[in-house]
Amino acid sequence: MGNEDERQARTRGLAFTAKSQLMTTDDVTRAVRRMAHEIVERNHDVASLSIIGLQTGGTAPASALASILTEVSGQSVSAGVLDVSFYRDDLSRNPLPTSSATDIDHDLTDRTVVLVDDVLFTGRTIRAALNALSDWGRPRAVQLAVLVDRGHRELPIRPDYVGKNLPTSKDEAIVATLEGVWIGTREGS
Amino acid sequence: MIESIRGRSLLSLDELSKAAMVEVLDTAESFVEVNRRSIKKVPALKGRVVASLFFEESTRTRLSFETAAKRLSADVLSLAVASSSVKKGESLRDTIATIDALGIDAVVMRHRSSGAALQVSRYVPHVRVINGGDGQHQHPTQGLLDAFTVRQVLCERHDTTGLESGAAMFEGLRILIVGDIRHSRVARSDVAAYATLGAEVRLCAPGTLLPEEVATWPVTVVHDFDEALAWADVVGLLRLQSERGSGAFVASLDEFTFTNGLTVERARLMKPEALIMHPGPMNRGVEIDSRVVDSSRAVVERQVSNGVPIRMAVLYLSVAGSGEGQTL
Repeated sequence: MGNEDERQARTRGLAFTAKSQLMTTDDVTRAVRRMAHEIVERNHDVASLSIIGLQTGGTAPASALASILTEVSGQSVSAGVLDVSFYRDDLSRNPLPTSSATDIDHDLTDRTVVLVDDVLFTGRTIRAALNALSDWGRPRAVQLAVLVDRGHRELPIRPDYVGKNLPTSKDEAIVATLEGVWIGTREGS
Repeated sequence: MIESIRGRSLLSLDELSKAAMVEVLDTAESFVEVNRRSIKKVPALKGRVVASLFFEESTRTRLSFETAAKRLSADVLSLAVASSSVKKGESLRDTIATIDALGIDAVVMRHRSSGAALQVSRYVPHVRVINGGDGQHQHPTQGLLDAFTVRQVLCERHDTTGLESGAAMFEGLRILIVGDIRHSRVARSDVAAYATLGAEVRLCAPGTLLPEEVATWPVTVVHDFDEALAWADVVGLLRLQSERGSGAFVASLDEFTFTNGLTVERARLMKPEALIMHPGPMNRGVEIDSRVVDSSRAVVERQVSNGVPIRMAVLYLSVAGSGEGQTL
């Protein structure tokens, strides 16, 4: 099963069979907390941060990060969600992903955007997200936070904040949520 | 039944399943958001070519299709029929062959003959054909945008979203369609959309303006207009189509207004929260009184604004969803 098939399987919601659990809820909670502290360490002006979760897997981790950042810094942190379906480079090659809503209520010009996703894999979703962001203004900087980096990049993209590095084979599937991280297979693979 | 228009032509709503319609409405929700941005453009159809062929005059359909294609980053080839070789007597088949030779991915077309879009889809099977109105047959994107508008207004009232509600808002909804049903492709598409989505549809028109085949439609025909108005949650009015010879089917315009026009007095019979719709262009003072158009219950302008996201959704699903020669 190739990378694109894996992405399709995810967007089509094919059944996932877990082989083993790699992180518990507590592990993920600690990792998210650590990432939040790393973000504050690198960006002293928390008020100029925008935490943008990618639909659909990145939205829950993004709001968790935003609320920890608000709590740690005492300043309110802007958050939003971004859907990149219309910016993908593989629309003509694959069945269309189901689109969901984008919700960014502020101009991103001169802000530091932290993109948040569940799993970093080929990097193509992030490429699409970077293109999409340019329609919302010109951020001063864009950083990337992911719960899991599973390798196999096809583009020159690297994360700034990682919950856990997980070397995987391309045939495996990863599910990463705030409740835990599992490795397994997708139906039909 | 077509379960999804992904990678397919859109010729008629009669052949679409409920799931296929809901998919278009849901996709359009994403495009409503795109249309609110300061940069109203996404690259989904970059490098694709959409030809717009309007053999019959149109303002809103043509403009909103072309706007939709451009907001998806497609290139638009627009044929001005009045100044083209069509006027020298070129046949539909030759015109399509010429445009196809330029390399196109989709055709949006309107034609005065019923079935023209289907015919073109047979001439160029590798091109997606989107029917923008064919004679008295169908106007699928109008039916979809009318349903989308109804769902949008009802969702706002119930404080929910279109994506959450799916087709639930149409369950048991009472829809009345009034006017020149015989000549109206909008009526045929509206009936297909509303009935498939689960609404109860009634038609009210003078007998001469009802088509012979109405008995086979999923509707009830009623004759007491005042009673039907009090019954309805949504009242859809249609234009009296003088260019298709409606004039010969009614005694006079005044007579039509007297029996089937939505006057200020009649509008008072309606439920206070009922919606008034009209696909445009309107004959103010004939099928609808000017003061009724401008009342808060009329959602005519919203229908026009929703034309763009609905047509973006149709083009996106139909064109982006089609790889080279592959049927999904």
